[in-house]
Amino acid sequence: MIKTEHLCKRYPSVTAVEDVTFEVQPGEVLGFLGPNGAGKTTTMRMLAGFVTPTTGRASICGHDVEREPLAARQCLGYLPEGAPSYGEMRVAAFLEFIAELRRLDGARKRTRLDYVTERLQLSSVLDRPIETLSKGFRRRVGLAQAIIHDPPVLILDEPTDGLDPNQKHEVRTLIDEMAREKIIVISTHILEEVEAVCTRAIIIARGRIVADDTPLQLTSRSRYHNAVSLQLARSDQLQAARAAVAGLAAVASVEVSEREARLTALPRSGAMILQEVAALAASQGLQLKELHLESGRLDEVFRTITA
Amino acid sequence: MRNVALILRRELASYFATPLAYVFILIFLVLANAFTFYVGDFYQRGQADLRPFFLFHPWLYLFLIPALTMKLWAEERKSGSIELLMTLPVKTWEAVLGKYLAAWLFTGLALALTFPIWITVNYLGSPDNGVIFASYLGSLLLAGGFLAIGSCMSALTRNQVVAFILGVVACFVLLLAGYPLVLDAFRGWAPQTLIEAVASLSLLTHFQSITRGVLEARDVLYFAMLIAFFLFTTTVAIDLRKAD
Repeated sequence: MIKTEHLCKRYPSVTAVEDVTFEVQPGEVLGFLGPNGAGKTTTMRMLAGFVTPTTGRASICGHDVEREPLAARQCLGYLPEGAPSYGEMRVAAFLEFIAELRRLDGARKRTRLDYVTERLQLSSVLDRPIETLSKGFRRRVGLAQAIIHDPPVLILDEPTDGLDPNQKHEVRTLIDEMAREKIIVISTHILEEVEAVCTRAIIIARGRIVADDTPLQLTSRSRYHNAVSLQLARSDQLQAARAAVAGLAAVASVEVSEREARLTALPRSGAMILQEVAALAASQGLQLKELHLESGRLDEVFRTITA
Repeated sequence: MRNVALILRRELASYFATPLAYVFILIFLVLANAFTFYVGDFYQRGQADLRPFFLFHPWLYLFLIPALTMKLWAEERKSGSIELLMTLPVKTWEAVLGKYLAAWLFTGLALALTFPIWITVNYLGSPDNGVIFASYLGSLLLAGGFLAIGSCMSALTRNQVVAFILGVVACFVLLLAGYPLVLDAFRGWAPQTLIEAVASLSLLTHFQSITRGVLEARDVLYFAMLIAFFLFTTTVAIDLRKAD
């Protein structure tokens, strides 16, 4: 379990993190979201014991990160921001160095090294110095060192930054697999990632937690939640359709995209308007290319909350 | 101690993964021998000893050792790998000691590679090998002292050039603490006891007393305490400012 109580980090000129309190249980994948400079990395650094909080406490698996730093770090796999490592080292030697500092020996060390090499597809670069690798490979080397000792808690600062779509998918699958028995905290500014892998999202802005909810609940805060979007086959029907949809009592407003010949009807709070809009389209003789119910837009919620 | 050994091994390997190790050893050997023969008049003196060889070690070390230590911690900060190292289950002092010992072992290797001059002097005459052995030990201790000072200076900054300059200045002041150049800065305002205390810190005085062939406990103790003090300071500096 990860637990933080009123974590604060103040620098002489700026407050980076203010009163951050949360708990994470095994099986949870927590996504840290927030604009750049909001305090995500500082919070993760305090959890990893790299930055000392000004006030407040954090513990990992019951070990206070300041009073029992070694015990806390044993339980933790950590990918720092930017995946730093020793550039002149070869990948195999680097992973072996980390494995040995993690107290892995003999057969167990071999098994874990083989496992991370295979899972993160590093076999082709094992003999190359890390500084000669592409950004994607370096990130995967960083991930490999974080999971090498199979820790119960993983803290990953932007694990998919710099990866191509296939590699992102691989990493998300890996996180999904590990999620069952582990606690995983990731930070990201890719919102689709939160919906794809996280069971919970915390949004941080200006050092404070401004939202703490499931991704589903967060998207339902969007004004697009349960909105109905329809695309017309004939753009000459657009103005008529707009007037008709706007006339429905449960519709709060209508947004129009002329280029796509698309209407988006936003419901009054709590209203379900799909049936009404569909019935209206039929009765008005609108020729539809597409009609669908929107679940909400996380990016819109994100902007509203953090602005 | 396992962690110290692991970090030592990694550091030592990293010296040889870059041209640093070879350049350092080559320059050290060339300069050490050039000084001995051209400035120290090794042949003209007509004496079978290595005094002109060891005479220049403090001045060689003054520039070469800070060049070796400037990267110890400054580079870790700059590249961000300090965040990786300091979040592994490693105590700060283990990392400080591991890095320091790697640098010392490396300097020891460079020093050991000067053995041809020892063979030469034994071929040419019959020197007092006891004095030579003590001098080698003194040189190794002096290097150890400089390395500890350099490690501390490197821990204070993320800029390697700043670490180098701080290292040279700190080594220079401690080297000449017993000489007018440094003592004059204290004369006139400081009490006599302080002046004597500063003078007793002089690295050069202790080094010269060892190279005369007298391996006294107080000289060895002096180097041990100097090294311990600067390594302790390094540990504190890293602990306090690792994330800055």
